Amino acid sequence: MATPSTPPTYGLAASFSSPDDLVRVVRLARAAGYRQMDAYTPMPVHGLAEALDLPPSRLPWGVLGGGITGMLVGIGLQSYTTIVLYPMNVGGRPLFSWPSFVPVTFELTILCAALVAVGGMIWRNGLPEPHHPIFNAPGFERASTDRFFLCIEATDPRFDAAATRRFLETAGAEEVQDVAR
Amino acid sequence: MTNAAATHDESRPPVLAPGATYASVTEKISGLVLSRTTPRWWILAFAVAFLALQVFLVATAYLVTTGTGIWGIRIPIGWGWAIINFVWWIGIGHAGTLISAILLLFRQDWRTSINRFAEAMTLFAVSCAGVFPILHMGRPWLAYWFAPYPNSMSLWPQFRSPLIWDVFAVTTYATVSALFWYIGLIPDLATLRDRALGRATRLIFGVMALGWRGSAKHWHRYETAYLLLAGLATPLVVSVHTVVSFDFAVSIIPGWHTTIFPPYFVAGAIYAGFAMVITLMVPLRRLLKLEDLITVRHLQNMAKVMLATGLVVVYGYAMEAFMAWYSGNEYEGFMLWNRMTGPYAPYYWTLLFCNAGVPQLLWLAKVRASPWLLFGVAMFVNWGMWLERYIIVVTSLHRDYLPSAWGMYSGTLWDVATFVGTLGIFGVAMLLFVRVLPMISIFEVRTLVRKPPSTHRVQGG
Repeated sequence: MATPSTPPTYGLAASFSSPDDLVRVVRLARAAGYRQMDAYTPMPVHGLAEALDLPPSRLPWGVLGGGITGMLVGIGLQSYTTIVLYPMNVGGRPLFSWPSFVPVTFELTILCAALVAVGGMIWRNGLPEPHHPIFNAPGFERASTDRFFLCIEATDPRFDAAATRRFLETAGAEEVQDVAR
Repeated sequence: MTNAAATHDESRPPVLAPGATYASVTEKISGLVLSRTTPRWWILAFAVAFLALQVFLVATAYLVTTGTGIWGIRIPIGWGWAIINFVWWIGIGHAGTLISAILLLFRQDWRTSINRFAEAMTLFAVSCAGVFPILHMGRPWLAYWFAPYPNSMSLWPQFRSPLIWDVFAVTTYATVSALFWYIGLIPDLATLRDRALGRATRLIFGVMALGWRGSAKHWHRYETAYLLLAGLATPLVVSVHTVVSFDFAVSIIPGWHTTIFPPYFVAGAIYAGFAMVITLMVPLRRLLKLEDLITVRHLQNMAKVMLATGLVVVYGYAMEAFMAWYSGNEYEGFMLWNRMTGPYAPYYWTLLFCNAGVPQLLWLAKVRASPWLLFGVAMFVNWGMWLERYIIVVTSLHRDYLPSAWGMYSGTLWDVATFVGTLGIFGVAMLLFVRVLPMISIFEVRTLVRKPPSTHRVQGG
């Protein structure tokens, strides 16, 4: 029971031993109008992103941008150095010998795209983040082994310590616990 | 990361022994790392590998202080063991990326138990490969001249040279392989952090895991990034050995200047790589008691990939011979005839025996299902692929266009020492890897486990 004297909680964590139960309860919670929530699972769970209605990641666009940047850097670097900075006449062949620039351009395209894919994923996920309130949930260390968690956060406008707890229990959570901030 | 528990075909052995649960697979794989007792075989193997590593240090110190003259390279054979070993090692690396990226895109769930290990193998094999061209330069401390940077000499790399393409291909490959490997490790590092008993262990794994908490939002972006990386690594792995083959094919040496080299090198790389995965996996799954996770199914599938790529390589040999005859080119014809009957003929026929003959045993289901027979075949392929590069490098170079420029080649003790030394680097790195990091991707194996039943009881209507 949240009274003004108790420290504000981060939210309520429901836990499950089956990923199917988790997805089902996430759907129910969405239907009940909860929006500020996140699920924590030991592996990617099929259907969970859809149940939480997560928008499609914009990472692919970033990776495309990274690839194009790498490609332009590759073409630019090789053209500028072989035409302007260090022109070398080999048997009268053209200085802009683009077919021989293909391998390096290709490698730089891949390199920059891959760096954006990894860096973008880490950055957009807000990592590294050494501490997060969800780690206060009792038994959360099993979230990286065999336990599936759903945390409805106290910032949700529909959050009410008692009602939300009752909702999660009736929906089929095996355990519901307060998460200290 | 498909959910394959429900879709396995009853006629084949399963990819995961029945009865596995999330907790049991986690316990099994993380236990190898978190266990406080180091097995005796590990200490013995490490001692041997560490000794070989010392051989590397001695050989390299002597090489750097004296010069590449201590190796057997003499004009006209300027490449020798260094380049043979470079191509051999980098070829081995290719299986890792194939397993982790290409099989992921093809949704082959059996890759899951072996991808982490194969990726580590890639990383260490590429490191061993990278040593050779740098040492072969003679003045390895000037290796940074390869990098395009403004310098006081006003010099820039020759971007029309395949040797510069190689620098970009290999460094990109090493970087992307390391990223792919680390990204795959993050969720497992979080598992180790949560299960570690010691404070220091928890701190080290905690830092490496970046605070991963398994959030659905994170997984969502993670899976996107992982798939994109796989999509990027797939053309990359093909490009790397293509560029390596350009080192040969772009030249005008008979036997090298052929258009079949890129596909034939890529197939050879995958062939050699799978042979090395089998060579390492067969003893390790036994020693670490991982037969439930790395099942006969995995070995069978790897054997099939080996057979298929081996046949592509055999096609390459056949086409080399055919084109040498069919082109009517005098020098090509001489090169091939010299290869088959000249001073290096025993090497050539041994290579054909190892790469084209012995692996035909893999047509027999009994051989594919027997780990130790597979191990034997794989050892032949490891050796055969090394001989293949020896034949390519040496037989084309030792008979130049003019008989006055002919020569003979053999490696010296220091060639052997450097090669054994890189086996030491590889062995030490692999052994440390299986001891301190999860050698099987725990979170991906969890996706193969049959889901536990729902505990929810439907109440009323």
